[in-house]
Amino acid sequence: MKVLMFGWEFPPHISGGLGTACYGLVKGLAHHNQEVIFVVPKLWGDEEPLADFVNASDVVIDYRENRFKKIWKNLTYLEVSSFLVPYLGPEEFKKYTDYTVHDRMDVDESVFSNKFEFSGKYGKDLMKEVSRYALVASQIAKEKKHDVIHAHDWLAFPAGIAAKEISGAPLVAHVHATEYDRSGESVNQPVYEIERAGMHAADHVVAVSQLTKNIIINKYGVHPDKISVLHNAVLDASIIKSDATKKVPEKIVTFLGRITYQKGPEYFVEAARKVIQLDPNVRFVMAGSGDLLNKMVVRVAELGIGTKFHFTGFLKGNDVDEMYAISDVYVMPSVSEPFGISPLEAVRHNTPVIISKQSGVAEVLRNAIKVDFWDIDAMADAIFALLHYDGMSKMFKELGSEELKKLKWEHVAAKLVKIYQDTVKK
Amino acid sequence: MRTICFYFQVHQPFRIKPYRFFDIGEDHHYWDDYSNRSIMRKVAQKCYIPMNNLLLEMIHKYNGAFKVSFSISGTCLDQLEAYAPEVLESFQRLVATGHVELLNETDGHALCSLKSKNEFHNMVKSHQEKIKRLFHGYQPKVFRNTELIYSDNIGEMVAELGYDGILTEGAKHVLGWKSPNYVYQNSKNPNLKVLLKNFQLSDDIAFRFGNRTWADYPLTTDKFVNWINAIPQEEEVLNLFMDYETFGEHQWAETGIFEFMRSLPDAVFKHTNFNFSTPTEILKGARTVGKISVPTPISWADEERDLTAWLGNDLQDEAFAKLYELEDQVNAIDDAEIQRDWKYLQTSDHFYYMCTKFFSDGDIHSYFSPYETPYEAFINYMNVLSDFILRLKEKTAALPKAKKKKI
Repeated sequence: MKVLMFGWEFPPHISGGLGTACYGLVKGLAHHNQEVIFVVPKLWGDEEPLADFVNASDVVIDYRENRFKKIWKNLTYLEVSSFLVPYLGPEEFKKYTDYTVHDRMDVDESVFSNKFEFSGKYGKDLMKEVSRYALVASQIAKEKKHDVIHAHDWLAFPAGIAAKEISGAPLVAHVHATEYDRSGESVNQPVYEIERAGMHAADHVVAVSQLTKNIIINKYGVHPDKISVLHNAVLDASIIKSDATKKVPEKIVTFLGRITYQKGPEYFVEAARKVIQLDPNVRFVMAGSGDLLNKMVVRVAELGIGTKFHFTGFLKGNDVDEMYAISDVYVMPSVSEPFGISPLEAVRHNTPVIISKQSGVAEVLRNAIKVDFWDIDAMADAIFALLHYDGMSKMFKELGSEELKKLKWEHVAAKLVKIYQDTVKK
Repeated sequence: MRTICFYFQVHQPFRIKPYRFFDIGEDHHYWDDYSNRSIMRKVAQKCYIPMNNLLLEMIHKYNGAFKVSFSISGTCLDQLEAYAPEVLESFQRLVATGHVELLNETDGHALCSLKSKNEFHNMVKSHQEKIKRLFHGYQPKVFRNTELIYSDNIGEMVAELGYDGILTEGAKHVLGWKSPNYVYQNSKNPNLKVLLKNFQLSDDIAFRFGNRTWADYPLTTDKFVNWINAIPQEEEVLNLFMDYETFGEHQWAETGIFEFMRSLPDAVFKHTNFNFSTPTEILKGARTVGKISVPTPISWADEERDLTAWLGNDLQDEAFAKLYELEDQVNAIDDAEIQRDWKYLQTSDHFYYMCTKFFSDGDIHSYFSPYETPYEAFINYMNVLSDFILRLKEKTAALPKAKKKKI
């Protein structure tokens, strides 16, 4: 099977979980001897050679092709100003919104040039890049032979649709996150439209969890039979031995992620207060950055737990590992999490985890305490129990690492190959 | 006798270095030595050295008829000793002329007068000792509280400590129709005289001097003397209180601020019936006009002249509450480093950085803050405080039993 795959990012240059998931999938497909042509807007040259990589920035478009014009016509609607973009860091978001407030986002002439330099980021020109990416996709679809097209998330959906238009190969749309996860009920309409168009144009839809599948059915009106659930896996199930040592005598409970609506940081703060009231020998850490950070800081001050609740700001590299390693409990209270890879990282560091029932990872990780994101009493209970009842945390540590070994990308890829085969057959 | 009283506040805080969660429990050095040193060096070059030289020159020129007063915070004195000893020497020379008065304040430029009488006493005492040590046994008679914070209760505490007078803001909402240009008395203890800042004329120099959009720009000595002459004859005391950093730092040398000060005494002596006095001289000769009632604390900050630059929002209140919870514990521990850090952590500037009042406009306060946002200031401060608490715990555990019981 030859797969033409459209992504948005690929390790090592990633800013969200999407890149990691693509990497795992491609690696898994390689294990099953599937040929993959992987297209990204921008290649950096240091990607692991797992697939036939195509750099969209290098593709020259042949404008004599009439069919492209038709595709372009359908794409112009993307060229609208949009404020909400996934995975934008707060600094980037500020720059981005500053830009759109002060400048109009017009259709840039450069979109029509033969070549176009993609930034490959989630920045201000995102819509422009998404539509240009689709145009490039049609050129690639014309040049490269393939049996099936696979597009990851809305950024690549227009590319997938365009490629299908040219080659006629079946399209698999892979949903890693929806606009409803990112923004709650206040969805960004243009993004929603693209997601919807992609799901409906696809011959088959892959969702990263049952939770996401339900959203696709209920919010996007896709027939359940057309959707398969394919949970993410971990690249490496080995337990990480860290030499990081804790410098404070208290136990540490950690939240690590973007401090945004989707991640439910406020429930973590409220649960923290309940635990601190019972046991002052605990420190809570909120690692990350996001638009709700300042609000959380004020709430912590208001609750009077400022010397027990700490903020680290955005962490990277070794600091992330150290944070997992010195934590006694990891909490992911997401309001809506299509999958959520971070609890698995915590498990790899032998840290017991509490995850919200509203997360995809809750469907695969059995050895974790699961609570409703809004149930701060249950969350506080669970934190307290893991901190004080050694037998419990010991059990979670032992079983958690065993469980990780079952979550392999090879298994995921095997299911994916079956989906490809079924889709092509139809 | 009509007189002008110059009082200059000299202060630098010990700024905290970026202190991360990962540092808690391990790194016990909180102070940003590099920026504290470089800021002190910069301000010394731009302000302290040239202005001290100018004042010394003027005192000699007028044979002591021109005089000023200073309050130098303990944190600033510590930094002068460490980073700018030549500036300290030049202050010593100024005081040695006999025409420069020094005031007392809290050693750590702290807000403890609002929280703990005991800590207030400790802080005043340690400032007295510092001034005594550095200025040949000098003993101030007049007090000025951090940021000119004053209330009836604070005045009462200051009177108990034996001071003759205290300086504060001539806040409009306190004075009403009354003029700041008289000597008042504390409403609880009339023995304590209260000198009020004439904020109009003080701020003309301190804030507006170099402002080109100000209707009265440029401010000349002629103009200033005219304004002084416009003060009703029966009003006797003009208190010009300001940050010393006004000269050369807030108002750059290029604005002509040094030349203005150089020629001001001549203009005053020639065209007005005012002379210059220090606070103690005023208190000796002055007629008091009555009590001033200040039930809620005032300060010299912002338009509101209240405490909201340092206290009042959730961040500030939490940090302040958590800090002063430690007082008894700290007092039981006889450890030089603990005592020093306790003092420096109380400096009002740390709370000023957490002020959100002007955050939306992002101006004024940010000039004086090493942090980008008040939230960052809070996070950093609380991390440091958390480490400090851990150290206290350790030291307390090591105490003999009898002492522990008291805490």
